[in-house]
Amino acid sequence: MPVPRVVVRSREVTIRPASDRSLLISFGGEISMESHHQVRLLTQSLEGLRGILNLHPAYASVLIDFDPRLRTHAEVESSVRERMESAVHAAPAPVRTVEIPVCYGGDFGPDLPDVGRHTGFSPERVVELHAAADYLVYFVGFSTCFPYLGGLPPELATPRLSAPRKHVPVGSVAIGGGQAGIYPLASPGGWRLIGRTRLRLFDPEGSPPPLLRMGDRVRFIPVPEARL
Amino acid sequence: MRAGNLLVGNAENAAALEMTLVGGAFEFETSAVIALTGSDFGAGLPLWSPMEVKTGQTIRCGATRSGARCYLSVRGGIGVPQVMGSSSVHVMTGVGGHALRAGDVLPIGQAAIRRPRAPARGAPEYNSGGRLRITPAPQADWFAADWYRGGYVVSEESNRMGLRLRGPMIPSPGGHMLTEGVPLGAIQVPPDGQPIILFVEHQTTGGYPKPGNVISADFCRLGQLRPRDEVHFELISLEQALTALQEQEKWLYAL
Repeated sequence: MPVPRVVVRSREVTIRPASDRSLLISFGGEISMESHHQVRLLTQSLEGLRGILNLHPAYASVLIDFDPRLRTHAEVESSVRERMESAVHAAPAPVRTVEIPVCYGGDFGPDLPDVGRHTGFSPERVVELHAAADYLVYFVGFSTCFPYLGGLPPELATPRLSAPRKHVPVGSVAIGGGQAGIYPLASPGGWRLIGRTRLRLFDPEGSPPPLLRMGDRVRFIPVPEARL
Repeated sequence: MRAGNLLVGNAENAAALEMTLVGGAFEFETSAVIALTGSDFGAGLPLWSPMEVKTGQTIRCGATRSGARCYLSVRGGIGVPQVMGSSSVHVMTGVGGHALRAGDVLPIGQAAIRRPRAPARGAPEYNSGGRLRITPAPQADWFAADWYRGGYVVSEESNRMGLRLRGPMIPSPGGHMLTEGVPLGAIQVPPDGQPIILFVEHQTTGGYPKPGNVISADFCRLGQLRPRDEVHFELISLEQALTALQEQEKWLYAL
């Protein structure tokens, strides 16, 4: 499967305090498959470590929140270095591919015509290009497991709205600059909405809660409104 | 909130009620042991002290007379179900329920783990002239060395997700910033140069540069800031921040 936006960079790792209760581990300043793999391995290897409250993986970094009453920065840093060494030899978790049925355009994708105007494609061609690409979940973040997807065809990149919408419906499939995403819950948002899925990405009562996880592959499958 | 729970004999993280700027009337269908901590909401009862309420008694809290928040802790905790390990409501998304409304009925839980304590000696100093102590954050060296010296006012648009400040513009360093994880208390500087302090309902990741981070020992002060309150930053070292936290914990556990 082709890999989107590969930028090979040095393996520099910087570890520094982000606050008096967190440590930021950075693998360079670019979005790349290499840093994504390092982020993924480190996140996996740190799960369940005592005194760690939260792990926040992102494109090229992992933020570690810990309880400063139980752990010092130096202790967390040495755990990170230890686990990074052994994680190099660990097999990465198997890659899952998740298909997302999307009803494009109309009320579900009110910004599809604007994306067409901006990119110079017909709405039909935008849908075709969007659904033909392979996406990678770099990480899930913001407030409700929003999946940050790499792999949007560069010719579909469209700037965010100048003023965010107050209400974006749950399941909206969107483009924000060169990134693709799906809104897991209704929320405010400034990305361009091109369609909607009925799949529930985030169910707080579900276990495990998010449908999409870091490292998953995603494909969008166009479906008619009746099947949504 | 932690102090209130400890005073009534709960674990420090038992569910309690949080009031923001204005309180409410709370009628007890059974007798209970409660404590009011945080700011004075004019209940006419002693703060920082466990006390008994009788069956049918109503605790009335009005508008704040000091800081932004008052906590009502009940011996046994509030018996609400946990969602993803938390009894809190995420107000913006509704995960975990909804903010309380008149007529809601809440069960008292069974989370008491020891006897109620004696009234607290002293209370934390919330209003130290609006001083917030900070430590350097990951993008500190993107900013001028004296970026934090301005005085700021808390904006009306502040909530549990973040406190927006208004004041002298902090020049945005520009630069290419990848979205990264953000910790509690992070000070984000968006392009308009008006800082935002991330608070208890904050997002997990963000793309604005962060020159500083409020220290753990001052989170309780952040929670007491009201719109139009004045704040300023004092830059300290990580070691000083951790010492301040130890002192605060010592006070809390000596309650």
